[in-house]
Amino acid sequence: MRDWLAHLAIAPILLPLLAGATMVLIEGRRPVKVVIGLASTTAMLAIAVALAFLADAAPGAAPAIVYRLGDWPAAFGIVLVVDRLAAMLLALAAALGLAALVFSLAHWHRVGAHFHPILQFQLMGLNGAFLTGDLFNLFVFFEVMLAASYGLVLHGSGTARVRAGLHYIAINLAASLLFLLGASLIYGAAGTLNMADLAARVPGLAPDARTLLETGAAILGTAFLIKAGMWPVGFWLPTTYAAATAPAAALLSMLSKVGIYALLRLWLLLFGAQAGASAGFGGDWLLVGGLLTIAFGTISVLATQDLPRLAGACVLVSSGTLLAAIGSGQVAVTAGALFYIASAVPAIGAFFLLIDILERGREVGADVLAVTAEAFGEGDEEEATEGEAVGLAIPGTLALLGAAFLACALLLAGLPPLSGFLAKFAMLGPLLGRSGIAGGPVPLLSWLVLAALVLSGLATVIAMTRTGINLFWGSFEDHLPRMRLTEIAPVVGLLLLCVGLTVLAGPALRYAEAAAGAAHAPQDYVRAVLHEVPRRAAPGRAAPGRDGARAGPGPGGAAPGMPDGVPDGARSAGRLPEGGA
Amino acid sequence: MELLVALGIGVLGGSGAWLLFRPRTFQVIIGLSLLAYAVNLFIFGMGRLRSNAAPILAPGGTGSLAQHADPLPQALVLTAIVIGFATTALFLVVLLAARGLTGTDHVDGRERRR
Repeated sequence: MRDWLAHLAIAPILLPLLAGATMVLIEGRRPVKVVIGLASTTAMLAIAVALAFLADAAPGAAPAIVYRLGDWPAAFGIVLVVDRLAAMLLALAAALGLAALVFSLAHWHRVGAHFHPILQFQLMGLNGAFLTGDLFNLFVFFEVMLAASYGLVLHGSGTARVRAGLHYIAINLAASLLFLLGASLIYGAAGTLNMADLAARVPGLAPDARTLLETGAAILGTAFLIKAGMWPVGFWLPTTYAAATAPAAALLSMLSKVGIYALLRLWLLLFGAQAGASAGFGGDWLLVGGLLTIAFGTISVLATQDLPRLAGACVLVSSGTLLAAIGSGQVAVTAGALFYIASAVPAIGAFFLLIDILERGREVGADVLAVTAEAFGEGDEEEATEGEAVGLAIPGTLALLGAAFLACALLLAGLPPLSGFLAKFAMLGPLLGRSGIAGGPVPLLSWLVLAALVLSGLATVIAMTRTGINLFWGSFEDHLPRMRLTEIAPVVGLLLLCVGLTVLAGPALRYAEAAAGAAHAPQDYVRAVLHEVPRRAAPGRAAPGRDGARAGPGPGGAAPGMPDGVPDGARSAGRLPEGGA
Repeated sequence: MELLVALGIGVLGGSGAWLLFRPRTFQVIIGLSLLAYAVNLFIFGMGRLRSNAAPILAPGGTGSLAQHADPLPQALVLTAIVIGFATTALFLVVLLAARGLTGTDHVDGRERRR
């Protein structure tokens, strides 16, 4: 790996940090902030795409870049890892961030202070969470991400937002405490917080330490599930997302995917097939929890009568779908789930943005929908100030909005021809197919997942059709929603991304399969991260470069083989589980 | 000492959890703070408790984990304290904003009807 290319790994963290910090310093000059924000986010997207190509070009299942800050060995230092999974999510986050930023330029970025820096810090937290290779830095980046998300939820202020924000912050502070509890229990049991090191140590743990580790992992998992919005710890999600401003909500929908990502990464590293006695720990919980979340989300989709909450319910359904798919623990299903993430993130983001345009054009109280929404206390006085018409009604507006709404409905419900259908097919095919080919009966849980996915799709179709009829045939009789080009462009852009995924489904699925394969068989990941970097063996002798480090075993006696690739130094310095007082 | 620390964590955690579920925002924030203290002590405990151990190195001796305290949990606690402090301060601001906007200190922004 050429050195300058390896430094790309830290760019997705440094870039938004510097951009955000600069924006804080140049208080008050909004156009400059807009330019910096656009430049930073576009560059982030470009870097993320470049990293995705790099990760895909890497041989085998090994991560493309293992970036050791300060060149400390992984067990002691901070390590960033770029592999296919991380790069894919980086690209999605950057695309969503860019869309939200462009959308906000119409007027949302003016309704409160500091929108631009907060957006950058939010992206920094997201990127860091995807890249980090150790548990405690995951906590730190989670906190960066959450702190920024508090700002985004509260952006624009108003009673509804502050009330929802209060709940959101309290729940997430409690979840962060759970995160800390889980991480410290894992440290107490295994003596390390580096994810790769943990994966190497889990198979060899003593039974009592194993119990402690599993307890810690369960508590940690709860923290992630709260983030992902699993039933029964996801009730905060629709309220918060509905209260937030549209660009903020679009970006927040990525946060629930961070919970999913952390679960996927850690669960497969710690409790994958190679984990000995702990293999598959908690998988059934994910599966059942996912099914229950789909059920709850489906009911909310049907029962919800205002648009932002409908989008929130769709987030719940997609979280449940992903949890159930991951919990089934098959490589091919996980590949489908990754494809589903790539399709659902832009779709839900586009839906949140589209809703904002559509809501603007509706005559309050014009139809039953609006009346009942009023009755539930959702009509707010902010409408008068924030909902001011911006821009002019452009010709063909309604057709464009209708097409966008239709595309969102197809994507969220998982109907052909768009990528939502392909994603569901990619998950369900292997789930049913593998047993079918082997001749054995399909397990009951697979049937349940099938039923849940199909029924949630049906419910989404019903809800979207009802909403669409009310919106497009009911309330736009005399005044069309007014919008600017900068508002519709991100929606169309995100939807085109999904169209692109549909057209290029072959390469995308192949990428997802490679990413899932690497996640399910993390030996290469562990080896690449833990591989000892030779330090100066004797004073005056320069250490060989990174390429030399990969060529052979280091002088510290570290064997390159797994699972004993843990450097001896790390073993002796990390506190061993038996060393209790 | 183990019993004392365990009881301390238990009392802090228990009081914190109870306060967290109370309906007043001030109780919630105090509850979260107490819980954070309990968690910080817990992390500290995960480095194993030991009396009279040198913080890093004993004078004149070479370093070995058998002799000195585990520094990693201490670093974790420090980070957790800083982050917890910042987020609690942020929560305090939101709490005051909610009090100002809704006119009540109930967490739902309105008093429960009796």
